[in-house]
Amino acid sequence: MEGAALSAPVAHEPGERPRLIRAVPIRHWGRWVSAAVLLFLAVALAWSLAHNPNVGWATIGQYLFKPLTLHGVLVTIEMTIIAMAIGIAGGTIIAVMRLSDNPILRTVSWIYIWLFRGVPLLVQIIFWGFLGALYPNLFLGIPFVGLVFGHANTSALIGAFTAAILALGLNEVAYSAELVRAGIISVEAGQTEAAQSLGMSGGLTMRRVVLPQAMRVIIPPMGNETITMLKMTSLVSVISGHDLLTTVQQVYAQNFRQIPLLIVASIWYLALTTVLTIGQHYLEKHFGRGFGQADAGGAERKALKRVTRNG
Amino acid sequence: MVHAEQVWKSFGKLDVLKGIDITVQPQKTFVLLGPSGGGKSTILRCINHLEKIDAGRLWVDGELMGYRQKGDVLHEMRTKDVARQRSKIGMVFQRFNLFPHRTALENVMEAPVYVKHQPRAEAEREAIALLAQVGLSDKLDSYPAQLSGGQQQRVAIARALAMKPKVMLFDEPTSALDPELVGEVLDVMKKLAETGMTMVVVTHEIGFAREVADGVALIDGGVVVESGPPNEVLVNPTQERTKLFLSKVLS
Repeated sequence: MEGAALSAPVAHEPGERPRLIRAVPIRHWGRWVSAAVLLFLAVALAWSLAHNPNVGWATIGQYLFKPLTLHGVLVTIEMTIIAMAIGIAGGTIIAVMRLSDNPILRTVSWIYIWLFRGVPLLVQIIFWGFLGALYPNLFLGIPFVGLVFGHANTSALIGAFTAAILALGLNEVAYSAELVRAGIISVEAGQTEAAQSLGMSGGLTMRRVVLPQAMRVIIPPMGNETITMLKMTSLVSVISGHDLLTTVQQVYAQNFRQIPLLIVASIWYLALTTVLTIGQHYLEKHFGRGFGQADAGGAERKALKRVTRNG
Repeated sequence: MVHAEQVWKSFGKLDVLKGIDITVQPQKTFVLLGPSGGGKSTILRCINHLEKIDAGRLWVDGELMGYRQKGDVLHEMRTKDVARQRSKIGMVFQRFNLFPHRTALENVMEAPVYVKHQPRAEAEREAIALLAQVGLSDKLDSYPAQLSGGQQQRVAIARALAMKPKVMLFDEPTSALDPELVGEVLDVMKKLAETGMTMVVVTHEIGFAREVADGVALIDGGVVVESGPPNEVLVNPTQERTKLFLSKVLS
């Protein structure tokens, strides 16, 4: 066949597809060699891990699905979800405030971001953990007037879990706000004008026109934030937050099997990150509709839905 | 229907409009012609208060745009009230500005459902009829990216009509189109003018002005150079500026 490719193009009928070119592809020898070297190194590493008694495969197997570990995984998932929910909701509000033409809202949001982005997260976590040392009691009421609806002991009200959520969530608000703001300003000004010319108010324009388009830009870095958050929950081990890392730390504090237990934690963190990555893919697909690759299937589905609804 | 009196508009130190007087009668089509940068588009944007005017007065359907007059004092309107005024004015943009994340049908239904709180089924029926009117019955469920420029602009016209506006503003509706797609958009506009819609059109299509317009104005340097019926202004212009402009456009 290689000989055929060398011969001159054969005349063909008009409208008929010509004979396609069949050339010898470029041989990428370098790729084969590097793949072989890397494969060798990977096998060597796997062999050394499999035969290293310090890894403690038996211990890993023993602790991977222990109820104690699973509880830690659950707390980590819970913290990630709640903190990110606070972060995204609050971040959207702060971002809209920063872009508002109300100078008071702009200043408040600027100060918020300045404060929570400026203090290290670890410090914030410890700070919330020790809130009781600053305000031993919390009141709900109107200050200076003496009207009190209720009060509680700070340490009783804000336990390690709540302190961790507050620290992670409020910190995330500041970072999410900047991501959402980037998304909002990426939407063409013509979109806002078109919405306004249809009589839409500012809030409606934001909700129906700008934010859905901003999502396309926001989701990839927000996926990043969520994965970072999943791992940052491990910082709350400093205030004994009962998350995955804290749990395995407590175990190896007693049995001194640090490496196997850290591998157990790593396996779970990797597994959760993988799930998040898959979820992000589907979110991107949803908010990317109307952009790039035309979704002809979606159009047909919508037409069919309408026809069946209207009979 | 649209009445502008001595409208001024500046961007910083640049005076873009320097005392514009325009009157558009109901059910008439008024075409603004003139060189780029002369202020034509700014006039349209002032009419629906996308730009605030710096001096003069501007009325649409008998209402002062963007302000409430109490005695001799003007009070700025709240955005909610400006939005209500704008919903009576349809606008079609040079670059279409369709909502890319919604299908043609959803684009047209958006404002009736979310601004006028019309029942969904009713809004959908009307939207389907409007898209049929602009010849796009087969594109209801297409996203803007799947449509040609001419088709997108026709969806944009249907979207503006869905709010049942009293006046339609067209800001160079065919300038971003390939030449062979200009006709389909102009045809839709011509039919719209025949139904008695009040229209203010900024365009470079002299043919459209001659055929459809009831009045034309040549805008240059922020002033109305000449205005009148098309068979006077376009055929026997009195101003040198108009003659010069027409000779350039028609050559």
